Amino acid sequence: MSGFDTATHLVYLAAAAGFVLGLHLMNSPATARRGNQLSATAMAAAVLVTGAVLIHDNSITATGVVVLIAGAAVGGAVGLYAARGVAMTAMPQLVSLFNAVGGGAAALLAVNDLSSGPSVSASVAVTAALDILIGTVTFTGSLVAAGKLQGWIPSQPLVFPGARALTGVLAAGFVASGCALVATPTHRLPLILLLVAGLGFGVTMVLPIGGADMPVVISLLNAFTGTAVAMAGFVLANAVLIIAGALVGASGTILTKLMADAMNRSIPSIIVGGFGTGDTAPVSGTGNAHVREVSADDVAIQLAYASKVMFVPGYGLAAAQAQHQLAELAALLEQRGIEVGYAIHPVAGRMPGHMNVLLAEANVPYPQLQEMDEANPEFARTDVALVVGANDVTNPVARRPGNPISGMPILDVDQARAVVVIKRSMGHGYAGIDNELYTDPKTGMLFADARKGITDLTAAVKTLVA
Amino acid sequence: MSADLMFDLTVFVLSLLVGFEVISKVPATLHTPLMSGANSIHGIVLVGAMLIASTARGPAGYVLAFVAMAFATANVVGGYVVTDRMLGMFRARTPQPRKDGES
Repeated sequence: MSGFDTATHLVYLAAAAGFVLGLHLMNSPATARRGNQLSATAMAAAVLVTGAVLIHDNSITATGVVVLIAGAAVGGAVGLYAARGVAMTAMPQLVSLFNAVGGGAAALLAVNDLSSGPSVSASVAVTAALDILIGTVTFTGSLVAAGKLQGWIPSQPLVFPGARALTGVLAAGFVASGCALVATPTHRLPLILLLVAGLGFGVTMVLPIGGADMPVVISLLNAFTGTAVAMAGFVLANAVLIIAGALVGASGTILTKLMADAMNRSIPSIIVGGFGTGDTAPVSGTGNAHVREVSADDVAIQLAYASKVMFVPGYGLAAAQAQHQLAELAALLEQRGIEVGYAIHPVAGRMPGHMNVLLAEANVPYPQLQEMDEANPEFARTDVALVVGANDVTNPVARRPGNPISGMPILDVDQARAVVVIKRSMGHGYAGIDNELYTDPKTGMLFADARKGITDLTAAVKTLVA
Repeated sequence: MSADLMFDLTVFVLSLLVGFEVISKVPATLHTPLMSGANSIHGIVLVGAMLIASTARGPAGYVLAFVAMAFATANVVGGYVVTDRMLGMFRARTPQPRKDGES
């Protein structure tokens, strides 16, 4: 190994170590930003040393240089524009798009390797086939997921006649063309068939999945992208790609598992079809008979004289763009010496941890953002729990067997001394069942849009304490 | 199986285990930045895209290299910038000065 090769390998090794340490620093909000910067520095080092390798090898053509720079300029500009401008509510779409381009690029690496080399070894052919398959499924799957999240594609499960059969045919197609590609890696036909089958399968896999399951789907596609990148590392015999890909694969897998557990759904059942298509027979309702409606002024009195208030935000809060109003109300209560906390369910939002980012953007200090395990013991000593835009994750029936959300981990909101729910109507959540919390005698329902309801509350508290 | 493949497989499996170990310690509060940060890390395909560009000959090769470069660079640049932007929002306490703080 020449001195240059040694230096190159050492830089790649340092980059890989930088990725691991960067992820390690993500274990606390205080160090996370430094972790991301370390990871970015490691990436810059890996890219620069690759540039040095290209110059050193001197095999790149002049056109190649132009293509490289033009591609980087276009991609960099688009990436920068998207990252700077994206609204925090649109983060899931952006992450999906980054999954798509990452998976797509990984697939292209293998396509290039197979179509340029005169001969390909069996082990490379296998990893290349896997890379192309996973990469193409991620590419179209993530684009469909992003489209659903953005509302360009209806978010309810889309099942057209013959969809299942088509998915089956495509699955058989990619197994067959994958095997053919491994047998004859330099032939074009199996490569093209594999591309088509993978791209088609990505679409038919994500279309039937409902909007409520998106946090799981994004996590799963994230794991796929990581795996595709690791496979590209096998094809190119580049360890840093393998390491980075494996790290992302691990991250995506952990998040997928956490999200599926938090929604009480198995990953296969999510892939097979949307929520509400299963055995979700409506639970015999207690009706609206015992619902106690309250006014903003009543709630203001409860809040102003409480010693501890817990907010329970759900996606409805983000949909109404009311995070800032909620943070304002919290600040007002804090000024009165009231202890304030936010109880955040793992699936509050459209992707893992989404609600935390939305609240952080509204200047909520992160020590107040409490995870489910941390928040649940707090409810017993909470005077008022204010539920905004969260439904199924607060439903006590989850503790009993025999209904669609049995066994789902929930926030123990019903343990609080008093509960106030801001909601537009008695409508159902994704699970399509009545929420017993709403009919609990200690619960008051404030029927309003999340944003208007909180603004009214803030105004009422202000008048009260003035 | 070649020695190279065995070596690569070893690296892959150990990296997966390191990943599980490190990432299981990330709090749920940071799961969105974690995912977008992990997203930027898989932007490492940029290295592969650069290698494609260096061996590209003929129009098809150049088109492939261009698309791979554009995808991978968008992934890296966008991923790191948006993660940094998000993490910048996580503060221990609200910006306006308050009396003695809990943290």
